[in-house]
Amino acid sequence: MSAAEIFQYARDAFSIGAMAVGLVFVIAGATGVMRLPDFYTRMHAAGVTDTLGAELIILGLIAQAGDWQTAAKLALVGLLLFLTSPTATHAIANAAHRAGQKPDLSHFKPKHPADAGSSEGQK
Amino acid sequence: MFYGISLTAILVALWLTLSGPFTLSGDYPIVMGLGVISIIVTVVLTYRMRIVDRQTVPVGPAIPLFAYWGWLGGEIVKSNLAVLRLIMKPEIEVEPRLVRVAAEQRSELGLCVFANSITLTPGTVTVDVEDDGFLVHALDNSFTDPAGFAEMGARSDTASDGKKTGDR
Repeated sequence: MSAAEIFQYARDAFSIGAMAVGLVFVIAGATGVMRLPDFYTRMHAAGVTDTLGAELIILGLIAQAGDWQTAAKLALVGLLLFLTSPTATHAIANAAHRAGQKPDLSHFKPKHPADAGSSEGQK
Repeated sequence: MFYGISLTAILVALWLTLSGPFTLSGDYPIVMGLGVISIIVTVVLTYRMRIVDRQTVPVGPAIPLFAYWGWLGGEIVKSNLAVLRLIMKPEIEVEPRLVRVAAEQRSELGLCVFANSITLTPGTVTVDVEDDGFLVHALDNSFTDPAGFAEMGARSDTASDGKKTGDR
């Protein structure tokens, strides 16, 4: 196997790994949006998708870009996400705060789904 | 003047990166000509608005800012894993907190970098900006470590302030 082929395989393995881990973070963000109790805590789960999920997928795409210009454009997209996503998150949070949405600050620990289901069955 | 020249150089590099091969054959004289015109118009407009200074063209603090982003990347990975662990636990258990964080940055760019850094690390979001600090919502009380906020604030201050002289 020549050096170029080894480099090719290493590059493919790197981008597959980066994009797979990025997908895990994106799915975790979506799961968190469904599981967490109120608006503000759900926003934190969406932040996971914004930061590591998106950046890891872009990193995997950069490794697959053929020429330096495509790679530079993808890096600029990543930089734009890095700079704008906190601004957008803050805008949403601040809008909710000003509109009078009160954060739920109580200790949140729902019952395990199996227990919740059995107690409903006994009713 | 220095910041005007740096702004022009950054815009030229951006245009060359975004617009195709560097030849003058075919349609490329038009493309390059439009690039030159739009760069000149942008620089003239920003001069007329008098917003070309240290804070809008941060070439002075560029290297400290990139070093800070490297450190921030490590923090983002750590807090991402912490939030991931909280979300993916079979029995979800969170205790949200609303805390005040003191902001003692000397420049407006430093304040902006600090607030955005807090929002960028998952688990903490800057909800409101007050006179002497930020109102921060945290997903769990494990994210509200005052020492962590203080370290991030000090690092963002040194990264954004550069030579610590507020002049042009």
